[in-house]
Amino acid sequence: MFEGIVAGLTTALSVQNLIMVVAGCLIGTFIGMLPGLGPMSIIAIMIPVAISIGDPAAALIMLAGVYYGAIFGGSTSSILINAPGVAGTVATSFDGYPMARKGLAGKALAIAAVSSFCGGTVGAILLFGFAPMLATVALLFHSAEYFALMVVGLSAIAAFAGTGKVAKALLMTIVGLMMATVGESALFNAPRFTMGIQDLQSGFSFITLAMAMFALPEAFHMVLDPKRSSRGADSGGEIKDLMITRKEARTIAPVVARQSLQGFLIGVMPGAGATIASFLGYAVERNIAKGEEQAEFGKGSIKGLAAPETANNAACTGSFVPLLTLGIPGSGTTAILLGALIALNVAPGPRLMIDRPDIFWAVIVSMYLGNVVLLVLNLPLIPYIAKVLAVPRNYLIPFILFFTLMGSYIGQNNATELLILVGLGVCATIMRFADYPLAPLLIGFILGGMMEDNFARAVNITDGISFMWQRPGTLILLIVGVTLIFLPAWRRRRAFARQRAKARQEGIADGD
Amino acid sequence: MALDRWIALIILVISLIYGYAAFHYPLLPFERGMSFLPNTQPMALSVLGMVVALIILFSPKARSDEEGLGGIDLAQVRQFKIGQTLGLVAAMVLYAVLLRPIGFLAATSLFIAGSGMVLGERKFHVLIPIALVTAVVIWYLVQETLGIYLRPWPWFVDN
Repeated sequence: MFEGIVAGLTTALSVQNLIMVVAGCLIGTFIGMLPGLGPMSIIAIMIPVAISIGDPAAALIMLAGVYYGAIFGGSTSSILINAPGVAGTVATSFDGYPMARKGLAGKALAIAAVSSFCGGTVGAILLFGFAPMLATVALLFHSAEYFALMVVGLSAIAAFAGTGKVAKALLMTIVGLMMATVGESALFNAPRFTMGIQDLQSGFSFITLAMAMFALPEAFHMVLDPKRSSRGADSGGEIKDLMITRKEARTIAPVVARQSLQGFLIGVMPGAGATIASFLGYAVERNIAKGEEQAEFGKGSIKGLAAPETANNAACTGSFVPLLTLGIPGSGTTAILLGALIALNVAPGPRLMIDRPDIFWAVIVSMYLGNVVLLVLNLPLIPYIAKVLAVPRNYLIPFILFFTLMGSYIGQNNATELLILVGLGVCATIMRFADYPLAPLLIGFILGGMMEDNFARAVNITDGISFMWQRPGTLILLIVGVTLIFLPAWRRRRAFARQRAKARQEGIADGD
Repeated sequence: MALDRWIALIILVISLIYGYAAFHYPLLPFERGMSFLPNTQPMALSVLGMVVALIILFSPKARSDEEGLGGIDLAQVRQFKIGQTLGLVAAMVLYAVLLRPIGFLAATSLFIAGSGMVLGERKFHVLIPIALVTAVVIWYLVQETLGIYLRPWPWFVDN
C-alpha cells in the first residue's frame, strides 16, 4: 500500500496533473456559479474534454477538481445572489444570503471557503483510511456477490430518493437498466433491441444520456421559468472584510468537526450525497444549537452557514469511496465519473487499488490538493468570480445548449446522436416536472451492463440461480437490497397507522 | 389524471413492447442450450417495469396532489414560456440536421445567433459577432487542440 501511496503522490504532484487540478477547480467554480448548472451537468460537459486528454489519472484528477469547484461555485452564487447553482448548496443560502444582505458577503464567502476546506480535508484523510479497508473486503467478492451488491446499490438509490418517490425512482432505475440492454454487449452474439436503427447498434451513448438527463432539463427549466435564473438584489458590489475573528472560529470549530464526520459517512452510503448531507447537517446543527443561537438560524447564523458547507464537501469526498473501491457510484455525479472511467479504460472496483495504484492514490491525493487550490485561488478571486454572474440569460442559455450538443457530438461524431439527445432531453424535462428523479435512470444505465455481466457469469458457473441462496454473502446482500426497497413503504404505512390510531383516540372520524 | 400517472402509463406501454421483444427474442441455434440467455435479464426487467408502473398508476397516495401537476401547480405552468422552449428545441433539431451539410462554422453561428433571438435578444451588433467568434474559437479548440475532426465548411466547398 505504501508504494501505492508514493506512486500516487508522484503522479498527482506531476506538473501536468497539478495544472489539471487548478484548471478543474477554476472551470468548476466558474460554471458552478451559473444558476442551473450543477456538478452533474458540468462534469457531463467536461467528459469529452477529459477523455481526449487520454491519460486516465490526469482526466480523473481534472474531473474531481471540477466536482469540487462546482460545489464551491454553487455556494458562491447561493451566498451572493441567493441562487444556488447546485442542489447541494441550497442549504448554504439559508444563512449565507442573509449574511450577504447584512453586508457580510465577504465574511460569508470566507467562512464557506474555510469550512469547505476543512470538510474536504477531513474527508480526504478518512478516505485514506477507509478505502483500503473496503477494498480488502471487496476482494472476497465473486461475480455472484457483485451482482447482489449492484442490486443493493440500485435499491439503495431508489430507497433514499425521498418520501413518496421510491416507486418513481425504482421505475427510473428499471428504465435505465432496459436502456442498457440496447445494442451490442460483450456477452452475446448479436446486438439487441436496436429496432433496426443502425445508430443504436452500439447502444445509447452514455454522454448523450447524461447531457439529456441533467444539462438539458436544467437549461429548459431556466427558459420555461425565467424567475429561476433571475438575479436577486445586487449585493455583490462591496466585498470586503474577509477576516474571520477568533471568536467566530471558536464558534464554528465544533460544527465543522461534527459535520466533516457526518457528511463523510452520508457520502459513503450509496444513494445519498452532498445534497442530503448538507440538509441533514443544517438540520442537526439547528437542533443541537441552544436558545439565541438557534433563533439566529436562517437569519445569518455563521453556524448555519458552516454546517452545510462542511457537510457537502465531506460528502463529496465520501462518495468516492464506493466509486473507487466497489465500482458503485453513490450519486449521479459519481455515476458520471464512473462512466468517464470506463471510457478511459479503467475499471473501478477492488482490483483498481492493486492493478492501478497510481490512479487510485493519485485521485485521493489530488482531492486534497483540490481543496488547497480552491482555498488559495478562490479567497482572493471571490470579487472577480462574482462578475460571471452578470452574463445575460439570452447568451447564457444558447451557450449551455451548444455545449451539450457539442459534448454529445464530439463523443460519437454522429449527427443522429444529436437528435437522440434532444428527444431524450425533452422527455427528461417532462419527467422532471412530474417529480421523477432522473439520476436513478443514469445509474441504472451505467450499472446495467455490469450487473448483467456478473449475473450471467454467476449463472453460468452454478448453472442456475441457486447461487442466490447457496452463497451466504449473496443471500445477505440480496436480503438487504429487498429490505431497502420495502422499508420506506413499511415505514410510511406504520406512520399512517399511528396517525389513524391517534385520530381515533381523539375521536376524529378517519376519512381518506 | 396527473402528469406522473401519464408518464407511468407510457412507461408501462414501453415495458409491454420491450417485454414482447424480449419474450420473442430470436435466439441463435447454439444459444438455446446456454444457461444464461441474451433475453434472460430483459424478460425480468420488462416484468419488473410493468409491476412498478402499475403500482404508480394505482397507488392512492399520489391522489392528494392530483390538482397539481405532480408537485407543480398549474398556475405556474401557465406562465411558463413554452413557445420559447419549443423554439429552442426546434433550433437544436435544425442544428442536428444541418451540421453535416452546411459545416460546423455556419451551423454553430446560426444556432447561437438563432437561439439568442428566440430568447428575445435584439442587439444584433453584439449577438452576431459573439456567435461568429464562438464558432471559430470552438472549432479551433476542438480541431487543433483536441484533434477531433469537425468539417468546417459547407458541402460545396471541397474540404
